[in-house]
Amino acid sequence: MDIVIENLTKRFGNQKAVDNISLKVSTGEIIGFLGPNGAGKTTTMKIITNYISADEGRVFIGGRLVDDDPGRIKKHIGYLPENNPLYQEMPVIDYLEFCARLHNIEKGVIGRRVAEIVRITGLNREKHKKIGELSKGYRQRVGLAQAMIHDPEILILDEPTSGLDPNQIAEIRKLIRELGREKTVILSTHILPEVEATCDRIFIINKGRLVADGTPENLRTQAQGSDIVKVRIEDGDPDQIFKSLMQVRSVSLVDFTDRHMNRFEIHCRAETAKREIFNLCVSRKWVLTEMTPYEAKLEDIFRELTMN
Amino acid sequence: MNTVWTITRRELSSFFDSLVAVIMIVLFLGFTGFFTWISGADIFMTGQASLRSFFGIAYWTLFFFIPALTMKLLAEEKKTGTLEMLLTKPVSDRQVILGKYLAAVILVAIALAFTLPYVITISKIGNLDTGGTFCGYLALLLISAAYAGIGIFSSSLTNNQIVAFLTALFIGLFFHILFGIIASGMKGMAGQIINSLSMSVHFESLARGVIDTKDLIYFGSIIFLTLFLTEVSLSKRNEYR
Repeated sequence: MDIVIENLTKRFGNQKAVDNISLKVSTGEIIGFLGPNGAGKTTTMKIITNYISADEGRVFIGGRLVDDDPGRIKKHIGYLPENNPLYQEMPVIDYLEFCARLHNIEKGVIGRRVAEIVRITGLNREKHKKIGELSKGYRQRVGLAQAMIHDPEILILDEPTSGLDPNQIAEIRKLIRELGREKTVILSTHILPEVEATCDRIFIINKGRLVADGTPENLRTQAQGSDIVKVRIEDGDPDQIFKSLMQVRSVSLVDFTDRHMNRFEIHCRAETAKREIFNLCVSRKWVLTEMTPYEAKLEDIFRELTMN
Repeated sequence: MNTVWTITRRELSSFFDSLVAVIMIVLFLGFTGFFTWISGADIFMTGQASLRSFFGIAYWTLFFFIPALTMKLLAEEKKTGTLEMLLTKPVSDRQVILGKYLAAVILVAIALAFTLPYVITISKIGNLDTGGTFCGYLALLLISAAYAGIGIFSSSLTNNQIVAFLTALFIGLFFHILFGIIASGMKGMAGQIINSLSMSVHFESLARGVIDTKDLIYFGSIIFLTLFLTEVSLSKRNEYR
């Protein structure tokens, strides 16, 4: 099922939490929703899942307007709200049965389905414990289990890994990747490596507006403009090297990063720059000990788009 | 309907698991039992095989107990965020409200059912007015349903249980005695109208053994109105973060 959002706007008082966002998510995609706190990620998710309604704009899920028949569309969505709210006093298995019943799963199938999801999410040993007694990582698994109990076509996860330790993050990430293989997934997060590891496409929103949309690679080249290589050239006078490098045709800019170590940062104009630098070094008998293409990190892109 | 019942069942089991239900039933039986059999205008004082004194005391006990039952229904879920989890399942606001409301009413009905031994005992002592007793229980159930409506509405206004409890008591107090007191100081139409809003007028007319449509409409409209307002109040989540 695909998700199409058209000109979505949501106000809380005078403040626009979501400001004219339009986006499309195709079936089977895993989308990373990025943005600083208060950017409108959670609000957008709450609107998609029909917890709150938009002031303007429309949301289509599987080609249907969400407001037309929320009950029917909600059946296709699995949602993990922010902070993973759960009934603390309920045992895991009772809670999952309760959720299964709310999803109108047939009586005869509920037991099997709950057992299956318990196995998938690795909750088997904890299934009779009360949710309040579980560690945060296991509680997160219960949150995922309740979101997926009805095998939804769309999964919406609001910060699924917040507050977990690195091992738990890796586990949850793996779980999302496995379970999301045939689903449309939208997940929000602050953790940028997570997006790179799990998502096909990234939406960055800031102050309620969509500021970037693309694959991680796309965004990187967009933000960077030109290729940058970092080189270290030994056995030569730094100033002389600097001058010669500047004369290379495909090089637009050379920077010292560390004068004593003869390290330079070179902005290239063309693909051939690396070859030409290498050939230059060979002809001058300089030893090229390091040449690394520099990739703008998602962090840099994120900061650039959301700071101002 | 299935969904409503699922929610009702979870709510009931939460009442019993948290011991709220047990404490409520024990206290209710304790209070009513004490004043029906042992102290005050009890059965042996009045010397009549009648449950009048029980109905009188239950009328007051329920007034205090029901807000304590209903205060958490929505306020707690709003506070912990589970309401969001619940409402993003294929469940409507109305189903959640009805399910929870029904759970509160059923719990009161269970508590009332535990007083049936009183009826049996008294009917052995003397000649019990069966119709009157039935009407008395019906009246208790109806005022409970009305107060549960006020309670769930109060619970929808806040995410603080204590505030919900006090709000429910405050609103309930008007119906319980204040309208009666205000009306007694007024004359003419206005007095009559306010007097007809008083819960005790309708309770007593029912408990006397007369089922009057006026009383049924009165309780029905309080229940309908409070549930309707709860739904309105719940939909306010759209306007605030």
